[in-house]
Amino acid sequence: MGDGSNPGWAIPAERAEAAFADYKPAYSAGQAVAEAWRCLYCSDAPCTQACPTHIDVPQFIRKIAAGNDEGAARSILAANVLGTSCARVCPVETLCVGACVYNQLGHPPIQIGRLQRYATDRALDAGWRFDHAGPDSGRSVALIGAGPASLACAHELRKAGHRCVVFEKRDVVGGLNTTGVAPYKMRADTALREAAWVLGIGGCEVRTGVEVGREVSLADLEREFDAVFFGAGLGADTRLGVAGEDLPGVYGAVAFIEALKLGVVDLAGVRHALVVGGGNTAIDGVRELLTLGVPSVSLVYRGVQAGMPGYAHEWSAAQVKGAKAEWHAAPVAFEGEGRVQRAVLGRMDASKRPTGDTYTIAADLVLVAIGQGKLGALLAGLPGVRIDKGVVVADADGFTGRPKWYVGGDARNGGKEVVNAAAEGKAAALAICRALA
Amino acid sequence: MADLTTNCAGIRSPNPFWLASAPPANSGGQVQRAFDAGWGGAVWKTLGQPIQNVSSRFGGHTIGGVRGAGFNNIELITDRPLEVNFREIYETKKKYPKHAVIVSLMVETEAEWKDIIARSIDAGADGLELNFGCPHGMCERGMGSAVGQEPKVNERITGWAVQYSTVPVLIKLTPNVGDINPHGLAARRGGAHGVSLINTIKSIIGVDLDRMVPEPRVGGLSTNGGYCGAAVKPIALHMVAQLARNPGFGLPISGIGGVCNWRDAVEFILLGASSVQVCTEVMLRGYRIVEDLIEGLSTYMDTHGVATVDQLVGRAVRGYSEWGDLDLNYETVARIDAKECIGCQLCVTACHDGAHQCIHPQPDTRVPRVDESECVGCNLCKIVCPVPGCITMAQVDNGYAPATWNQHVHAGAALRPKKGAH
Repeated sequence: MGDGSNPGWAIPAERAEAAFADYKPAYSAGQAVAEAWRCLYCSDAPCTQACPTHIDVPQFIRKIAAGNDEGAARSILAANVLGTSCARVCPVETLCVGACVYNQLGHPPIQIGRLQRYATDRALDAGWRFDHAGPDSGRSVALIGAGPASLACAHELRKAGHRCVVFEKRDVVGGLNTTGVAPYKMRADTALREAAWVLGIGGCEVRTGVEVGREVSLADLEREFDAVFFGAGLGADTRLGVAGEDLPGVYGAVAFIEALKLGVVDLAGVRHALVVGGGNTAIDGVRELLTLGVPSVSLVYRGVQAGMPGYAHEWSAAQVKGAKAEWHAAPVAFEGEGRVQRAVLGRMDASKRPTGDTYTIAADLVLVAIGQGKLGALLAGLPGVRIDKGVVVADADGFTGRPKWYVGGDARNGGKEVVNAAAEGKAAALAICRALA
Repeated sequence: MADLTTNCAGIRSPNPFWLASAPPANSGGQVQRAFDAGWGGAVWKTLGQPIQNVSSRFGGHTIGGVRGAGFNNIELITDRPLEVNFREIYETKKKYPKHAVIVSLMVETEAEWKDIIARSIDAGADGLELNFGCPHGMCERGMGSAVGQEPKVNERITGWAVQYSTVPVLIKLTPNVGDINPHGLAARRGGAHGVSLINTIKSIIGVDLDRMVPEPRVGGLSTNGGYCGAAVKPIALHMVAQLARNPGFGLPISGIGGVCNWRDAVEFILLGASSVQVCTEVMLRGYRIVEDLIEGLSTYMDTHGVATVDQLVGRAVRGYSEWGDLDLNYETVARIDAKECIGCQLCVTACHDGAHQCIHPQPDTRVPRVDESECVGCNLCKIVCPVPGCITMAQVDNGYAPATWNQHVHAGAALRPKKGAH
């Protein structure tokens, strides 16, 4: 394990995501060094403060400038073992890059994500490893879900010598990194490569195709392991609950994106696509459909652009691709003969409440991106574990309050970034280590 | 517009900007293109005995991502036949009669000097520059810096050249000496009309880390070369000013060393140079840089109400003093403009790690605070600050009359209490 050859993680060679070019392409060595020399090497740097995993950004950038790529990768990966995917998927515009002091000076900020990608790619290409499994502690930890939170948690636990068993209901590891990240940011094979590198620390058994609660019970885990980390992420796409939602051609956005990342999707004949929602998954869906050649793609959102939860820089990029929008609108029904052909949209007022007016527009493909179900209920049967609005409540270290049980990632935070999952997984691992010491 | 015409030691040129004796002034075609670009003069690549050059010849020092911020070479004098050079000098002078063509020379015996000087003047040279500076290759053969480092030899050969020349003679001095003064004075005693300095500094530019051989590499070996480029300017400015302020010297100076833009050139002029020679920056960026040199100098002169270059020469020399004459009671402190500060806190680290621990981060803002009671006014914060004008050094009135170390030691002048010395 760890060399990426695990047959359980195989994904088809032919995948729709292969059509996507990198939105932020890899730097050459020359480009990286030139950009790195621009860095002011701030003290107590705002970029580092803005990073949930507190990567020492000025330090790793200075090392790139000096040609010390291995040291740069060490700085990144020591703080965040998922630095490879974070380099690609982090909303850097609102985190480290947004905090760069060059913004105050009116200069282009340092392209921290692309520099981080440069250094971490070098690490994976060269097979550099900076951490090694500790001597066997005799303890073992179960991790539910093989997404970013569990990967970060397992890696930290292995440093302390605790044996890890990861239970993943899918056939592939990596969670949304593998199945959900917009392919112009990262493709599934890169996510799997990173997962293999992380698990390459050794001593992590990954049981794919095993769903906790079905094939194995919570009670089994609690009995057999010294600690359990719940990193199951989020559940299925939330449904609108409107007429016609089951017509062929209406998909949950996360399910549709998974389909195009792990295989092919049939968009033959699709001319008018709608994506319902205002978050980043909705914007991703718009950009993906446009790139796959759908002539007309419109976002349908209850409010206006300024109120969208999705990032402004993501929507700007979608607009460059030709995205359109139906503002102050929400579907009340989908119609069609044998498959979706039209959407009936209700007009909303300034407070996102229905006005009663409706109008009908062509729609031969619909992605519903209004959120994902929460999985906290899976732990509802465990006394001492508190569930609030579907997410598992925990202290700053991810401890649920019930001995042995920890949580991190989307299952705890309700759906944030990969970098948050990485930070929470690592924090939980450190708490588990203290508890098992 | 200011009058940029220049008379340096009797050598006249449309402006004070000359190509230094080096690869950019290696041939007639090059020098003529340089004149077309705006250069006022050119010191021809040194003529002398036959030589053979190596491959490779140059080494670059990258500083903070800036390639060629320092530079060195192990190239020797011209490797083109003398008759070709003289023919091209003749053609160039014929085509550009108002531009200055100075011929750099380096030979050994008196007879050789007499011969090559005559041929240079026949070709139309406006002046001669004796290369007493080259620190590699030729000095091992008793020429170049081997001459420049021996005042008696310098004086003797200068004397020959002045005796045989009908045009002004400049002596190009080497910086590879402890004190430049005896060498400038030797040239003066020999009868030189002026000096040019600095030539390059003995150096090893770097080491190939994989092969573990210094650079520039010639097969499996390297050798020391002459260091130049932007990084050497401070050394050159010092040596120029040393001679300019020496009351026993008094000769015109052609300033050389790290000039990249008009500001550098004006600095040399203010410290005593009446012409300014450039090589490395031309090698790196081409003849076209002269446009900025001319415009910048001209605008500067207009701004300061200076009509001719002569009026500018040496204006900063009187500001170059001895440490013992500096006012110890002059006090400055750093002030940070909160409106300009971008919160990088480079000043905090610099002050804490490299100075006197008087700039402190604040809890509610990225703008640091200067503890003026501890600030010694060292300038370090201002130097590291990436925002021009954000940190200024403000003068503080401490109530003490000016007092130098010399006045304190010899006359008991009162000194203000020390800061940052606890």
